Amino acid sequence: MIESMLVFGLVNSAVLMLISLGFSLTFGLSGVANFSHGGIYLLAGYLAFFLFRTLGLPYFIAVIITVIVTALLGATIYKLVVIRVRGIALNEVIATFAIGISILELFRWLGFITYEFSLPYMLRGRLTLIETTLDYQRLLIILVAFLLAVFLWVFTHRTRIGLALLGMAQDEYTALSVGIDSDWAATYSFALGGAFAAIAAVMILPLGIININIGYEVLLIALAVTVLGGLESTKGLILGCIILGYAQIFTSTFFAPHWKEAVYLAAILIVLAVKPSGLLGKFKELEERV
Amino acid sequence: MKAGYRKERIDRGIKARADDIFAISSYREILYLMGPRLLAVVGLLLFPLFKDITGAYWQTVGFIACIIALLTLSWNFLFSVGLVSLGQAFFFGIGAYFTGYFNHTCGLAPLFSIPLATVCGAVLCTILIFPVLRLRGIYFALITFALPLFLMRIIEATGYLGGTEGISGLQRLPSLTFSVYITVVLVLAVTFIFLRLFDTDYGLVLRAIHDNDMSVLAGGLSVQWYKAQAVFLAALPATFAGALMTHHYRVVGMPAFAVEYSLLPLTAAVVGGTGTFAGGVLGALILVPVSEMLRAFGTLRIVMYGMMLILFVVGLPEGIYRFGQRKYFQFERIVPLEEKEK
Repeated sequence: MIESMLVFGLVNSAVLMLISLGFSLTFGLSGVANFSHGGIYLLAGYLAFFLFRTLGLPYFIAVIITVIVTALLGATIYKLVVIRVRGIALNEVIATFAIGISILELFRWLGFITYEFSLPYMLRGRLTLIETTLDYQRLLIILVAFLLAVFLWVFTHRTRIGLALLGMAQDEYTALSVGIDSDWAATYSFALGGAFAAIAAVMILPLGIININIGYEVLLIALAVTVLGGLESTKGLILGCIILGYAQIFTSTFFAPHWKEAVYLAAILIVLAVKPSGLLGKFKELEERV
Repeated sequence: MKAGYRKERIDRGIKARADDIFAISSYREILYLMGPRLLAVVGLLLFPLFKDITGAYWQTVGFIACIIALLTLSWNFLFSVGLVSLGQAFFFGIGAYFTGYFNHTCGLAPLFSIPLATVCGAVLCTILIFPVLRLRGIYFALITFALPLFLMRIIEATGYLGGTEGISGLQRLPSLTFSVYITVVLVLAVTFIFLRLFDTDYGLVLRAIHDNDMSVLAGGLSVQWYKAQAVFLAALPATFAGALMTHHYRVVGMPAFAVEYSLLPLTAAVVGGTGTFAGGVLGALILVPVSEMLRAFGTLRIVMYGMMLILFVVGLPEGIYRFGQRKYFQFERIVPLEEKEK
């Protein structure tokens, strides 16, 4: 019991991490809260399904195409819409929220609500630890979440592009003065956010059926984790995911599954009311939030 | 310098005279100023009388449009104090559940339960929002986005207040015409009161919080306390809308917190022009009938809202009210740029 809770808590944390990485990346690097994250996530799921099931492409190639297409979509969203309202926080939120809702409800209207939409596991088989059985897909999720976090750290600290983006995130005007283009950086961050959402989608969606409401849930999860962890550090993000992941498993085990969804909403409310800077946030965030 | 043209805007004479020196010379000019307002007020007041022509269906649509207009007024009030709400459903739902509780459990008649629910709901909303009032920008918006969803989950999980089934069998209102009239009158009254309120000294403080809250703080006023009062005032029309709608349908349930009641006022406010009370009402009165006409398209409707939001946010961020106002009170002409160099 305890053991399986620990293991599935970890899996759940990794799932939350994968989901929120893209959102938090875009938010951290460009300062735009991309409320269309849920829409992009679900779009990636359906696209992978379409390429794999309908066109019959090999799964691996379908995944790669999906990631590239969603990255382009993210960049397009920035170039077409967000760039025109950049800097007006409310309008950014309204515009991206509207895009997200439009994508989700368009799929609902097109009839993507039946039970036939699911993606295959990447790896078959399962692993039994003492008394908990864990399939390879969930193991793979933990692995990919870990690798993506490492990749992100290396990317933002060791590559020229990453350092430029990091500079833009730390201080926009200073970054502009050394010749980093703000719009270029934001486009890049939107593309990366889209690609991460696609990776999350093809990793996580095989666990269940693709459902429209997942799109809304994904957005809430990403918001909760970002609020909880603060934006300054990847550490905060990981901590936020672990806390939320375990909290969900505990509540759904000891109370009722209904409470599982209330957990991240409660997390948003409590953290913003009690400690608006987030768990590990520093002064810069406090300044922005209060 | 490259030859070019620019658009020049000049106030019409009537605008300058009415604004600055207040010298209006004829009935025609008075009509020019009063016309649009009178048209809106009289049109709204007469609407319920044409029941036989429009039919009960469009009367109900008018009723819902007015309910959304009340929510939009509330949204605009919050916006004018610098608080952006993504969850008007929160106020709406709390008003709805209060009246449901009063009517069902305490047996109060709608005449008492609606006003009581309006005030109690507004107080509860203020108390719930008070701890997070210091947040700004999208973080406050996030809270308001999460609150209705959270309350919905709580009601679903605990089963209080009827749980997933809601409270049904509430007392009915006298008639549809009565409901339409009361909302129409209230929309007009609230618009008028809010407009007047923002012209007083008190309203000046509220507007100052929107423009620069640090300067208000420097002026020795408690921003937090003023914001709390603003939330209370803004919550009143929204909780009333919830309470009235509940008695109209005679049932209250989790849909009272649905995203639609957050999305529609938001869209109406953006379409009408954020921060303008009359614009918000106009937006609601346009949006709701249009969305009724599109009902046949199912959820494609929501996609259209989304597209409309994007179009207005990107293309016409000032909203149709300010746009119309500009066209009405100013004329535009193209002038060559060189003129300035003389």
